[in-house]
Amino acid sequence: MDLRDTPDEATFRAELRSWLEESLPQDLQGHRGGATRFAGPEMRAWSRALHDAGYAGLTWPEEYGGGGAPYTHQAIFLEEMARAEAPPHIGVIGIGMAGPTIIAHGTDEQKSRYLAPLLAADEIWCQGFSEPGAGSDLAGVRTSSRLDDGHFVVNGQKVWSSFAHIADFCILLTRSDPDATRHAGLTYLIVDMHASGVEVRPLRQITGEAEFNEIFFSDVRVPAENLLGEVGGGWQVAMTTLLHERGTLGFALQAQLEVQIRKLVALARDRGADPLQRDRIAREWTEMQAVRFTNYRSLSALMKTGMPGPEGSISKLVWSEANQRVTKLALEILGPDAALGEENAPYGGYWQYQQLRSRGNTIEAGTSEVLRNIVAERVLGLPYSR
Amino acid sequence: MDFTFTPVQEALREQAREFLAATPEPTWAQLAELGWTGVSIAEEDGGAGLSFLEEAVLFEELGRALYRGPYFATIGLTLPALLSEDRAAIASGETTWTLALGPLVPDLDSAEHVAIVGGDGIYELEGGERELLAATDESRPLGVVRGGEPGRRLADSTVLAEIEARSQTALALEACGVAWLALEDAIEYASSRVQFGKKIGVYQAVSHPLADAYTRVELSRSLALWAAWCVATDDDQASIAAAAAKSYAGESAVAVCETAIQSLGGIGFTWEHRLQRLYKRALGIESFGTSGTRLRAEIAASLIEQDEASSGSLAPVKVTQGG
Repeated sequence: MDLRDTPDEATFRAELRSWLEESLPQDLQGHRGGATRFAGPEMRAWSRALHDAGYAGLTWPEEYGGGGAPYTHQAIFLEEMARAEAPPHIGVIGIGMAGPTIIAHGTDEQKSRYLAPLLAADEIWCQGFSEPGAGSDLAGVRTSSRLDDGHFVVNGQKVWSSFAHIADFCILLTRSDPDATRHAGLTYLIVDMHASGVEVRPLRQITGEAEFNEIFFSDVRVPAENLLGEVGGGWQVAMTTLLHERGTLGFALQAQLEVQIRKLVALARDRGADPLQRDRIAREWTEMQAVRFTNYRSLSALMKTGMPGPEGSISKLVWSEANQRVTKLALEILGPDAALGEENAPYGGYWQYQQLRSRGNTIEAGTSEVLRNIVAERVLGLPYSR
Repeated sequence: MDFTFTPVQEALREQAREFLAATPEPTWAQLAELGWTGVSIAEEDGGAGLSFLEEAVLFEELGRALYRGPYFATIGLTLPALLSEDRAAIASGETTWTLALGPLVPDLDSAEHVAIVGGDGIYELEGGERELLAATDESRPLGVVRGGEPGRRLADSTVLAEIEARSQTALALEACGVAWLALEDAIEYASSRVQFGKKIGVYQAVSHPLADAYTRVELSRSLALWAAWCVATDDDQASIAAAAAKSYAGESAVAVCETAIQSLGGIGFTWEHRLQRLYKRALGIESFGTSGTRLRAEIAASLIEQDEASSGSLAPVKVTQGG
């Protein structure tokens, strides 16, 4: 046990930190996201800068344009990015989900076609999994795909799709066999978002912004070579995608929470906090540290055994609820000013926005209810509830 | 960065679990024979010359076993104040100690020597009377010392910071051991008990509190092991890490035991089931020494008042509008 960086890790961290200091444009620091977050050319430029410096696809194999680095470097990268308040690479869906799925299940042609432009931010990806009738219960997808003359013809509706409005490609989970139910008869496709019959509509959320979209597919013709995995084998492919979504996510979330708590402490210093509020600040700091070292334990197990420790499964659950409490506590410290809207609120409405946005944290990327089921059934071994 | 135990530490855990299962009430001599009393004591004093990380493994296992005896008082509490010859006597199993850090002194029934804090130093108590008190947790006797006077000077009072960090971390580790076992009991029961035709672990009203209990156990362990590493390496963050670990793990062990008692229903509420003893140890750990409220007040002060300069890079809150 040694909680310090190894010399190699320390070098990587120091180089990254000084690169971020030099390279992160000041107007992008603390960029808070929202409807137009990824629309500007500056985000593509920033993503390319990350790529050119070798920070895109750090842990990907070198043969696919990645850095071939150990997971510890990825963890350090996510920590330092969050601490510098640097926005992520625009291709988060591509790098975190689509790319690893293509590496695991794709053909050689698919790998050489899609991976390089994805890392370079030349092409943006989105995810088409959730549907109005299939949220937590993903096996209920109804968007259909039917083979017709060398093409899959796709019809249906997807929802909660980030980046769809600027995406070039979508990883799409479809039902290819209308008679099969649940996990059988699903097929995973790569869909060109510029194809005829694809329509994207923004979804305005509780904050007033539109980070997510609905995607409508009307007789969209997808070439058969865009199949990922087997026809009818889509569920297994989708599980690869979700595994990667939850993989190193914990580090990014913990680091974001650390920044949030540092801002909370600064707020308490600035506006004053009563003893009960101070007690809650100490609680949140304590739990944030606990999440940090839980991630480290899980990562250490991954490095040693190839399997992440079971404790890693709780990071997202704990983070989401912590972020909700932290942002609400900030509003409480703001007092009556918490009621002010963005134009008039202190700190540019940062906390008002963060608090509203945090309500999505326990819903997106696995609801807290589903995550508790996962812990109960797969970690604790309790009997399955379904 | 490596947050795993070494094979030696893993082997020590295995040995401890097996031994304590077979020997629920070990004597001090037996612990000495296993080498547990001299783990972090230097080799020239007859110890193993290992670190607090190996002792951390033992504290977790001793907590789990609800061990009754002066191990915490001697190794977790008093050891940093002791001189070379005293350490040698501990490593060899000849003697035991406790320290009157507050008015209630742990393991006063079994510890041979008592150390007291006086003025600028820590002294061995000479004379005085020991009065044992009834404690809720029967596995950790408490008492008070009356009268007597400072005898041999053992250490400068600057060692108190180390004693605080070490003892708080030891208790946090014990709390983790207690909470793990309580959770295991609850999981086993929820996986076998049938009501309304189903195993009760199927019901999310039962399983989700257990998922939360697991979360608390893991977070507690992460904090306790972080603190243990800080103590073992004399890291700058040892004090704040120990405060975080003790306040969180103590409170969590109580909460986990309460969830377990509820999960077991009537059985969990009985005198016969070991949950009541685990629960009382958890309560005892939570109330021992500095309270969680006080520890959090110290954490808050260190964050808000003392670290202003070091966290300046991220303050004040900076907002850049999206797009």
